[in-house]
Amino acid sequence: MSRMLPVRLLMRRATCAAHRGLFVVGRPFSTYYSKSHEWFKVDGKVGTLGITNHAQEQLGEIVFVDLPDVGKSASKGSGLLSLESVKAVGEVYSPVDGKVIEQNGELSNNPKLVNEEPESNGWLAKIEFQGEVSGMLTRDEYDQFVKEEAA
Amino acid sequence: MTAKLARTRRADLWMMMLRKLPITESARMQRRFFAAAATAAVRKTALYDLHVELGGKMVDFAGWMLPVQYTDGIIKSHLHTRSNASLFDVSHMGQVRLFGKDRVAYLEGLVVGDIASLQPTEGRLTLFTNERGGIKDDSIVTAQEDYLHLVVNAACTEKDVAHMREHLAKAKAKGMDVDMTLLEDKSLLALQGPESMSTLQRYVPPGTDLTKMPFMTSQVLTVDGIPDCTVTRCGYTGEDGFEISVPSEHAVKLASTLLSNEAVQPAALGARDSLRLEAGLCLYGHDADEDTTPVEAALVWTVGKRRRAEGGFLGADTIISQIKNGVSRKRVGLTTTGPPAREGADILSPDGEKIGNVTSGTFSPSLSKPISMGYVQTPFSKVGTKVLLEVRGKSREAEVVKMPFVPSSYYKVP
Repeated sequence: MSRMLPVRLLMRRATCAAHRGLFVVGRPFSTYYSKSHEWFKVDGKVGTLGITNHAQEQLGEIVFVDLPDVGKSASKGSGLLSLESVKAVGEVYSPVDGKVIEQNGELSNNPKLVNEEPESNGWLAKIEFQGEVSGMLTRDEYDQFVKEEAA
Repeated sequence: MTAKLARTRRADLWMMMLRKLPITESARMQRRFFAAAATAAVRKTALYDLHVELGGKMVDFAGWMLPVQYTDGIIKSHLHTRSNASLFDVSHMGQVRLFGKDRVAYLEGLVVGDIASLQPTEGRLTLFTNERGGIKDDSIVTAQEDYLHLVVNAACTEKDVAHMREHLAKAKAKGMDVDMTLLEDKSLLALQGPESMSTLQRYVPPGTDLTKMPFMTSQVLTVDGIPDCTVTRCGYTGEDGFEISVPSEHAVKLASTLLSNEAVQPAALGARDSLRLEAGLCLYGHDADEDTTPVEAALVWTVGKRRRAEGGFLGADTIISQIKNGVSRKRVGLTTTGPPAREGADILSPDGEKIGNVTSGTFSPSLSKPISMGYVQTPFSKVGTKVLLEVRGKSREAEVVKMPFVPSSYYKVP
């Protein structure tokens, strides 16, 4: 992203990166991607859901995130929440069956965070799920899919 | 998919963009549609190449390829228009001229406005109506010494022209002296925002002082050395501004000249829509159509006093009776919190009973909150009335508010 970010954000980014580094040493995370442009970062039976940078570019400036309530049940392939830009509404699908255990409350006051840091601090919800993640793409597969979709 | 696209074409892209779609579906459909549309003779304005060069995201709007936004995004572009000036390509709109000594009488048979009272250079917003009193289109009409100049909606141009031709034949059969020309060799540029006047002043002849040009007046001027430009002080943003009808072969030159000013940025359909909505202005086909009357649409002010007394336009009986006796539903402005309530959303009474529908809605970049326009049953139309808006199955509190949502800054000659 070539846009200048406020210092505060840059610092948060740095902190976040440091955290990620520490975690990665401790336990392995797997991040999966979907053809509907979500990412899903799995840690045991809990996954963090967000949208990809490509998705936020397509959607434009996000003005409202209709966050799912904690406890809301998620079902694989169904809409879990909506993102609103000035002219469009984007539907975000759940990649798994499960239930929402946390929402990113910061997005209520700062929905732009989804545009600024879609694949880190702009995460949307955490879902506790049963079973295994299936039918999702690796990063390489996803990048390839985006390329093909654009063609 | 093909059937869907065919429908989309008619329903225009706006509807498509407002529908809830997977994140990239909207963009993908636009691209596919673009390819599909190539055979359907989608027209390009004279500025097409310039739009692409400037990074415009091109879409099919009412049969024309136009940018929906540039690289800056809608919010930035919107706010720039309110604080500086923006240049919009509105060449898709239809431009029509009426000639002949009976042109005023002829037009008054089709529109609700007092056209006879317009002095040369004066203009106003008027409405074409149908036999039922419904709104056929809205149009800015300006009078010149020997003709009337009309600007009509792109999506309505074909229908309006057919309608005017039909009545032209009748008028001629009655011996009236009137003729009509569709100006297909003119482009239309809208310069909008507080810096419009200072910018345009640089390119008009030395004797022309724009500080003395009132809102809703029109002059034929040489602009940037291009003769025969019709400059009208009007717009669709709530700001001061000008619409410049320019011979198409010079449109790129004029646009480039205006854009060379630091204050002026290119702006596109997305910002045009959020700006007009903040200004409380109707988008034809959404906030007004053949099934809504000027009274229901809160556009009674366009029906001239003399016209109310005399009638003589299509649907006059219905409209005049509605002015006297009232209507059962009215167009209102609504503000809410949460997600924007967009076209089609239900408006409910505090008891949860359906009382109307949203016809336009967006996130207001100037107010940083959602705004909507819609029709409600008349008892709920008073400013301050609490209602509910249903978005994705959730009811949210909303309030009927005065329009414009953002105060207009139309120019007043000091």
